[in-house]
Amino acid sequence: MREATMIIMAAVLGNNFVLVKFLGICPFLGVSKKLDSAMGMSIAVVFVMVMSTAATWPIQNLLLEPNGIGYMQTIVFILVIAALVQLVEIAMKKFVPALHRGLGVYLPLITTNCAVLGVCVLNIDEGYGFAQSLLNSFGAGVGFLIAMFLFAGVRGRIESNDYPESFKGIASTLIAASILSLSFMGFAGMIDGIFGM
Amino acid sequence: MKDNKLAILTNGFIKENPVLVLVLGTCPTLAVSTQAINGLGMGLSTTVVLIFSNIFISSLKRVIPDKVRIPCYIVVIATFVTIVQLLLKAYFPDLDRALGIYIPLIVVNCIILGRAEMFANKNSVVDSALDGVGMGIGFTLALTAMACVRELIGSGSLFGISLTAHLIDPMAIFVLAPGGFFTFGVMIALVNKITRGKVRDKQKQGCAGCAQAAACGQAEEGGCQS
Repeated sequence: MREATMIIMAAVLGNNFVLVKFLGICPFLGVSKKLDSAMGMSIAVVFVMVMSTAATWPIQNLLLEPNGIGYMQTIVFILVIAALVQLVEIAMKKFVPALHRGLGVYLPLITTNCAVLGVCVLNIDEGYGFAQSLLNSFGAGVGFLIAMFLFAGVRGRIESNDYPESFKGIASTLIAASILSLSFMGFAGMIDGIFGM
Repeated sequence: MKDNKLAILTNGFIKENPVLVLVLGTCPTLAVSTQAINGLGMGLSTTVVLIFSNIFISSLKRVIPDKVRIPCYIVVIATFVTIVQLLLKAYFPDLDRALGIYIPLIVVNCIILGRAEMFANKNSVVDSALDGVGMGIGFTLALTAMACVRELIGSGSLFGISLTAHLIDPMAIFVLAPGGFFTFGVMIALVNKITRGKVRDKQKQGCAGCAQAAACGQAEEGGCQS
């Protein structure tokens, strides 16, 4: 239980995917303008992250490693993720159309999101077991959600302010992300403190 | 004709610099630019993948069916990324350790998929190779420049050689995550200042080159660009 809490807390706060590990910056900068689309995107990311970990972990450990073709990881993972996202979209459209209306548009975007491939590869690199991998993916997804949620609020404020012409557009967004990232650095110490690592 | 080829090659250096003007490939840019040597290594690895995937995709452009072109591109790119990954592991183990997870993530770097979609599937093999070289050098230049700034301010050294010699305390925040966002933001603002805002329209276009643009536009009206 203690270990599970630690994995989730570390993935959500201390090793926040967007603000500390720089994974999934494109959607973070692109889709964080409005709160509802930011939330839709993030929920889809949590969903796909957990699903693709559930698919890629067994493939790596039961199929690729025993046959000595672990180096095929990158190719296999990206194909599995792409196929999985397609499959989920089709299934969702057929069986849960209400959910598809909400999340459907975000699903194709996620295939080439580096946070999804990143979490799958990281789980293998860290040597996590199956349950630990799922927890870590869930935590990473929630961390993405929190970062998106906070940043959508911050961006609403930036737009209405008066700042130098050269910083208009993406430059001001990056500076704001820098300040948000600064606040997340504080969590690194906190998690070490609580769990006494 | 010769000018044309030269224009394709130099396009990526400054005029359409993938990082500073088109704002593509932000994840690796922010993540590996903590040390100049890492920035250079990442830039060159991406360049190699970019050149070969451009050549391959452009020579296969008549064979690949239009409907499944994105998965085909991804397979081609992933193959070259794996080759680069194995080569780095064998010959540059230190660099491989420093770049870590960002090496397999070259697969989802939108510069590569973007150039495949925007350039390689419409142009000849030679032009595509030149475009790959140009864009790769542009990416490497931007990455190395940013890494130099961060390494100099953050750890007081350049390419691992100490310059400030303990006279000034380095500001360690610059090699950490917030410094990455800050340096990138300031560099883009500088580019805006120098070009007097002319490139900002291209930053929006850059998004159109991204393979996700169609879905992105559905996700949010004009929401892909910031």
